[in-house]
Amino acid sequence: MRRLQNYRDLLIVLTQKELKVRYKNNILGYLWSIANPLAFAFVFFIAFKVVMKIQMEDYALFLISGLFPWQWFANSVTESPTVFLGNASIIKKVNFPRGIIPLTIVLQDMIHFILSVPVIVLFLIIYHKAPSISWAYGIPLLLLIQLLLTYGVSLIISSINLFFRDIKHLTVILVTLLFYLTPIIYPETMVPERYKQLINLNPMAPLMISWRGLFLRGGLDPPYLLSSFIYSILIFMCGYIIYRRLSWRFAEVL
Amino acid sequence: MSEKAIVFDRVSKSYPRYHQIMGIKNFLFHLPTAIRSLKNARYEVLNGISFEVYRGESFGIIGRNGVGKSTTLGLIAGVLRPDSGRVIVNGRISPLLELGGGFHPELTGRENIILNGVLLGMTRAEVLKRMDEIIEFSELGEFIDQPLRTYSSGMYARLGFSVIAHLDPEILLIDEVLAVGDIGFQKKCLDKMLGFKRMGVTIVFVSHSMGDIEKICDRVMWLEDKRVREVNESKKVITDYINR
Ligand SMILES: Nc1ncnc2c1ncn2[C@@H]1O[C@H](COP(=O)(O)OP(=O)(O)O)[C@@H](O)[C@H]1O
Ligand SMILES: [Mg+2]
Repeated sequence: MRRLQNYRDLLIVLTQKELKVRYKNNILGYLWSIANPLAFAFVFFIAFKVVMKIQMEDYALFLISGLFPWQWFANSVTESPTVFLGNASIIKKVNFPRGIIPLTIVLQDMIHFILSVPVIVLFLIIYHKAPSISWAYGIPLLLLIQLLLTYGVSLIISSINLFFRDIKHLTVILVTLLFYLTPIIYPETMVPERYKQLINLNPMAPLMISWRGLFLRGGLDPPYLLSSFIYSILIFMCGYIIYRRLSWRFAEVL
Repeated sequence: MSEKAIVFDRVSKSYPRYHQIMGIKNFLFHLPTAIRSLKNARYEVLNGISFEVYRGESFGIIGRNGVGKSTTLGLIAGVLRPDSGRVIVNGRISPLLELGGGFHPELTGRENIILNGVLLGMTRAEVLKRMDEIIEFSELGEFIDQPLRTYSSGMYARLGFSVIAHLDPEILLIDEVLAVGDIGFQKKCLDKMLGFKRMGVTIVFVSHSMGDIEKICDRVMWLEDKRVREVNESKKVITDYINR
């Protein structure tokens, strides 16, 4: 009981630590964390709308609603390789569930994402739209799905990185690849018919499509929602199993 | 004094050799050798050691560098698993972290006390309740609200020891961390440890300072060449160790 309380507090304090360290100067730190996806949105807008004249309404809004949730996933995953290394001194001395450490990273990025939702609202308003009531259940649901999925990936990468120390570079490449393979800067409807099936093989695709549907139309497609949920469960279980098998050796290899 | 806090029963421990931890690129390019080395390239640090620590006892571990003292503490703390044999521990363990371990340089002393206390197994409420005592013990004064990167190493040590001093530990593990800090604070730490001892806390103490060991420990274990060379009362073991 007391132990569980300690684990809960550990999670809170470590997440607070990450937030404090990142937002040293609160408002400025917050602006920085939304500046990055906004800058990307700007670049893609210039490239595809202004230069290549893609036929899409509200393209800026479209970009924003996918880039913000993606940012959460990408940040957590690219930080994963170093999370255990950065906490070597406590892992070598104190016996606590090591999985808490990557979880704090994922939670911290989730909080950043939640804080960036007002920016999405701002863009909706600019495009004469409004948030929908369905956000009230849609956002928590998708948050949970993405939390599970991202945490699963983070557990896999952070655990394996202790045994193969150059995963970091590979992770950056894979995340970039996955970004372009996921319908974020283009809609899934523009994918040619014979590649459509391939989208279903990408665990991030149904989730990103769901976020966008929720933000732009205020609706969730059950098939996409279901497949993103199944992917998140599978990936989380996979991550947890790998973590469980390797975690007892962490103190040895750090 | 017959209740056992820690029991090692024929415990062996080995580590992977360093080259085992390599990049995935190397691993794939040298697959056959890599797989072979995964299997057999561990080297043994402890070979079937057995000893017991009684509840309320202060137990010292000595031996030359690299003999396995920290490994033994890691096994007690449960962060390492033995290859064979059994480690039994009865009681809550508080390891004294090395300099700066469990601290973040960007957080203030006060914030770090919470972080460190929670890392060491306290709940947040418990840490907050003792905050004033901890700050007072640390003698850091107004530095307590400064970020840790402005601290000297002695001040780090003060903060670390102050947290542990208010943990209500049952089994305290101390691995060569008292050597930093000024003489005054070192003495204070020793006094606090003697205080713990009087309170019945079990202490496992690793140090190269035979003076400190003799002051604190009831019994001492001398590790040599993967095995226990001698366990006996402090004076005897220290004398043998010095005249080895
Ligand atoms: N994580 C590790 N991986 C590989 N070898 C290690 C590791 N930790 C310690 N060793 C080796 O194990 C031996 C015992 O180390 P240690 O327990 O730290 O000794 P001591 O604390 O007595 O100086 C040393 O030879 C050291 O190099
Ligand atoms: Mg050591």
